[in-house]
Amino acid sequence: MTQETGNIITLKNVNKWYGEFHVLKDINLDVKMGEKIVICGPSGSGKSTMIRCINHLEEHQEGDIIVDGVILNNDLKNIGKIRKEVGMVFQHFNLFPHLTVLQNCTLAPIWVKKMPQKEAEKIAMKFLERVKIPDQANKFPGQLSGGQQQRVAIARSLCMNPRVMLFDEPTSALDPEMIKEVLDVMVELAGEGMTMLCVTHEMGFAKKVADRVIFMDAGQIIEENEPESFFNNPQSERTKLFLSQVLGH
Amino acid sequence: MSEFIPKPARPAPATEIGVIGWARKNLFSSIPNAAITLLTVYVLWSVLVPFLSWAFVNADWVGSTRADCTSGGACWVFISVRFNLFMYGFYPEDSYWRPNLTFILLIGFLIWLSIPRIPFKKIGAILALTVYPVLAYVLLYGGFGLEVIPTHRWGGLMLTLVLALIGIVVAIPIGVILALGRRSEMPVVRMVCVIFIEFWRGVPLITILFMASVMLPLFFVGGTDADKLMRALIGIVMFQSAYMAEVVRGGLQALSKGQFEGADALGLSYWQKMFLVVLPQAMKIMIPGIVNTLISLFKDTSLIVIIGLLDILGMVGQALADPAWLGYPAEGYLFVAFTFWIFCFSMSRYSIYLENKLNTGHKR
Repeated sequence: MTQETGNIITLKNVNKWYGEFHVLKDINLDVKMGEKIVICGPSGSGKSTMIRCINHLEEHQEGDIIVDGVILNNDLKNIGKIRKEVGMVFQHFNLFPHLTVLQNCTLAPIWVKKMPQKEAEKIAMKFLERVKIPDQANKFPGQLSGGQQQRVAIARSLCMNPRVMLFDEPTSALDPEMIKEVLDVMVELAGEGMTMLCVTHEMGFAKKVADRVIFMDAGQIIEENEPESFFNNPQSERTKLFLSQVLGH
Repeated sequence: MSEFIPKPARPAPATEIGVIGWARKNLFSSIPNAAITLLTVYVLWSVLVPFLSWAFVNADWVGSTRADCTSGGACWVFISVRFNLFMYGFYPEDSYWRPNLTFILLIGFLIWLSIPRIPFKKIGAILALTVYPVLAYVLLYGGFGLEVIPTHRWGGLMLTLVLALIGIVVAIPIGVILALGRRSEMPVVRMVCVIFIEFWRGVPLITILFMASVMLPLFFVGGTDADKLMRALIGIVMFQSAYMAEVVRGGLQALSKGQFEGADALGLSYWQKMFLVVLPQAMKIMIPGIVNTLISLFKDTSLIVIIGLLDILGMVGQALADPAWLGYPAEGYLFVAFTFWIFCFSMSRYSIYLENKLNTGHKR
């Protein structure tokens, strides 16, 4: 099925509630292999919730989520399968502070993929080199700067060799001068053809790498378009207002 | 232009260094401070001097009957005559080597596992948790050619250690499982764990021991009634694991949600997440609480005296009732207090050492 449609992720009429609160309303989204999507919108619009549903960190109540041909439901086996395919980078890195950088990167390959330790370490070093911090491999996360930690978090996800990467506001918790080093790594990753879904307020990043920009508000996708048309010619009033506030300063 | 020659360093004034300097700075820096210092010295003097002269200077150390206690100080003869009873209870004298060997092996394992420089920790831990319990059981109880010594003859410090160690070693894993169960997303599992924990925590240990000794036999029909010590142990383990569960839960709650999500997103299974990511971090937070629970368990073992088992306190209590040795409760209870204190204090110091050691490296 994946081959026919070329979609690696499909969301069909997805609805989600937190108790009484309707967070996601009839979300429909198709993501093609290799596509880079930037999701933006005001806080509380459901953008983080949407991408967290894709690897079942949040549960959706209605509709279908299909990742790489696997339907996401409450079946633990399917959840496990999808999480192996989907990497995630968090706002607050969520590195494991009791393990070294290298151990952070090898933990999942060793235990989830049953990879021999030597091989896992080799792969981890390869990705740490790619995010340009191989020399920090034996330090603990607490000894690194925020930008370095986020790059470790990206390397940790890549070690599982995912087909899709989800980014949940990866630069929001960083000092301004560290944002660039993380964005550079993400741009490089995009250049290598990784499928990426990225919740971010970095509009420069969106213009540079996104194939499609999605604007969400109040749990709905209001507008989606190529970056050029999205930024220069927004269709809805809500998008115009948002863009004027984000780009206005 | 003359060359700059630094002034030679002069020794600091006497008020800044040495004993006098230190005392002036710390003990007599102000009038209230000086008053508190003098008062403390006075109180210590008036308590310690009589105590020391009673306990050491005027004490009687050697002898075999109370007639040897003539000097008016402490009569340590009472302790030395009864020493074996206090250590082993009514365990037969020609088999003392068995508890001794068990204890020496225990110390050996503790040293192996608690001193970081000694290698092969994994093997040590596996041996300590599999081979050692069997060996200790055979040595203490009997079988395999060793004479069987029924548990009602066990007593003294040996019984205290058996109860405390088994209680500790079994209660920790049960406590971890209960704590995980209490935070489970499955309502049935969660409810069972909550009921279990709240039941055992809500009942005094003394009641549990009574129930274990009086009520449990009612459920076993005929000859299957379990050993009295075994019944007490089951009660103690249940009670302690409920407390342990709450300590572990506190540790789990102190971790940020991000740690759980980070592990989930990498595809780790529930048990991998718990044992590789969550518990190692929570353990660090839990150490003071766990050791606190262990210390209180160690002391609570004395309560088994109410179901007729005599730990070290029970043995001393019994010895005090002996007409031949009436009148030496101070010596007896001091001895018990000191013995308990040594064990509890070592546990407390080791926990502080462990906290400091685990703290380096993973500061956030």
